[in-house]
Amino acid sequence: MTLRRAVFITGIVVLCTWTLVPIYLIALAAVGGRTVVNSWPKPFLPPTDVSFATIREFFNISGVWTSAFYSVEAAVLCMAFSILLGVPAGYALARFVFPGATTYRLLILLTRAFPVAILALPLTVGFIRLGLYDTPFGVSLMHTTLALPFAVLVSASLFQAIPRELEEAAWVFGCSPLRAFLRVVLPLALPGIAAVAIFAFVISWNEVFAASVLTVRHKTLTAYLLSVLSESPLHVQFAGGFVLIIPAVLFIFFVRKRLFSMWGIATR
Amino acid sequence: MNARYIPYLLIAPSLGFLTLLFFVPLVQTIALAFQANGGWSTENFARMTGDINFTDAVVDTFEIVVIVVPLQLLLALAMAMMLQHLRGGRDIVLWIWSIPLGISDLAAGLVWLAILTDKGYLNTLLVDLGVLNGPQSWLSYETPLSLFAAIVVAELWRATAIVLVILVAGVQLLPKEYGEAAEVFGATPWQRFSRITLPLLKPSIQTALILRTVLAFEMFAIVLSIGGRNFPVLVSEAFNWQYSQQDYGVAAAYAVIVMGVSLTATLVYLRILRTPAAQR
Repeated sequence: MTLRRAVFITGIVVLCTWTLVPIYLIALAAVGGRTVVNSWPKPFLPPTDVSFATIREFFNISGVWTSAFYSVEAAVLCMAFSILLGVPAGYALARFVFPGATTYRLLILLTRAFPVAILALPLTVGFIRLGLYDTPFGVSLMHTTLALPFAVLVSASLFQAIPRELEEAAWVFGCSPLRAFLRVVLPLALPGIAAVAIFAFVISWNEVFAASVLTVRHKTLTAYLLSVLSESPLHVQFAGGFVLIIPAVLFIFFVRKRLFSMWGIATR
Repeated sequence: MNARYIPYLLIAPSLGFLTLLFFVPLVQTIALAFQANGGWSTENFARMTGDINFTDAVVDTFEIVVIVVPLQLLLALAMAMMLQHLRGGRDIVLWIWSIPLGISDLAAGLVWLAILTDKGYLNTLLVDLGVLNGPQSWLSYETPLSLFAAIVVAELWRATAIVLVILVAGVQLLPKEYGEAAEVFGATPWQRFSRITLPLLKPSIQTALILRTVLAFEMFAIVLSIGGRNFPVLVSEAFNWQYSQQDYGVAAAYAVIVMGVSLTATLVYLRILRTPAAQR
C-alpha cells in the first residue's frame, strides 16, 4: 500500500466518522436521560446499566411522543397526496405530447427557486376560516406543495423507462387503458413510486417552518421542539432530536439504491 | 371521451393544488407585504428595516450563505471524486455520507447543541486532552465568533449530503471516454479533473448550487436551536414577527425579501453557469 492510498483511506474514514459520531452522541444524550445530560464530564460510552427507569423516562416525555404521532399523521397524508396528485401528472408528461406540457414542466421547476415553506405565512387566515388551522391535515397540505414537484418529475421518468409497447400489447388483448395502466405499468413502476412516497414522508417529517406557523396545540414533532427550545430541559430536546433522526437514517437505507437516479432525474 | 383531453385531466389535480397552495399564497404574501392600514404602502418594509434586528439578520444570513455554500461545494466535490477511486465498500461509504440528507435542520441543530453545550461532549473531550481546565461556553451572546463557527459546522455536517448526492448523480452520467482519452494523451489527474470532469459536471454543479443556496436562505431552525435569539437570520425574524408579535405584514415583508434573494441567486447561477446549447 502506497502512502497516497493510506492518505486516501484515512480521508474516507475521517469523513465517515465526521458523519456518524454526532448521531452517536445525540443517541447517548437522548437515551441517557436527565442523569447523563446533567453529568460532567460526559461519558463517551453507553451506560452499562441501562435501567428500565431511564428507558421509561425516555418514552414518558409525553410532548415528544404525542407530537411525533401528529407528525406521522401529517407525513402519511403528505405521502398520499403527493402520490395521488403527482403520479397521474408524471404519467401525462411521460406518455403524451400535448400543448402546454413544457409550460407545465417549467411551472413545476419554478417552485424550486422559491422558499416554499415560507408561503405558509399568508395561509394562516384562510386555514382558520376553513377549519384547517392547527390540524395535521392542514400541515400536510402545505407539505404536499414541497413534495409534489419532486413526485411529478420522478414519476415522469419512471414511466418513461417503461416501454410503451407493453401497454400497447395489453390494449391489443382487450384491456382498457386504465386496466392496462393498473395491471401492466403500475406494478413495474411501483418500487420507484414507493421511493417517492418515502421521500415525501421525510420531507413532511422534517419540515419546521410551515408546521410551526400553522399549528398551536396540535403541533408536529418539529414544531413542538421548536416551540419548547428555550423553556424545556435539555434531555427533552435531545430525546426529541434523536426521535427526529431515526426515520431519516432508515429512509436513506431504504432508498439508497434509488437515491442517485432519483436525484439525477429530479434535478436535470 | 376525446383522447386529447386525457393529459389535461391527469395534470389538472396537481395544477389546481399548486395554484391554491403555491401561486395564491405567493401573490398573497406580496400583497400582504405591501399593504398597511387598508391601503397600498411600504410601511411594513419601513418597520422591518427600522427594527434593531434587521441589519444583523441580513448580515448573518449572507455571511452564512457566502461561507457555507462554497465550502459545501468543495467538500462534496472532493467526496464525489474520492468515491470514484474507491474500490471496495463504495455502497456503504455512500450510504453513510448520504445519511444527513434525511436529517432536518432542527434535528441537526439539536445534535450540535448536545455536542457544544457547556457540559457537552466537545468540552469533555477538550478537558480530557488537557486543552481546557473546565467547561467553556461556545454558544453564548459573549462568544459570537464560536457561535458563528458552530452554525457553519452544523450546516456543513447536515447539508453537504444534498450537494454530494446531486454531484454523484451527475458523475454517474458522465461518459468515461473523455477521461480515458485524456489519460492516453498523458493528462495528469488534476488536469483530467479540472479540464474534463469539472466542465462536464457544470449542469449538476449549477443545480446543486441553486438548490443549496435557496435552502440556505431559508435556514432558521438550526440557528434557533443552536444560538437561540442570539443569531437572528431573515427567516427566524419572519417567524418571530408572525408568531410572537402577530404582525403578519412585517413577516410578509421578510418573506418577500427572502424570495427576492432566492430568486436573484437562482437567476445569477443560471446565467454564470449556463451550458451553451451546442455543448449539451
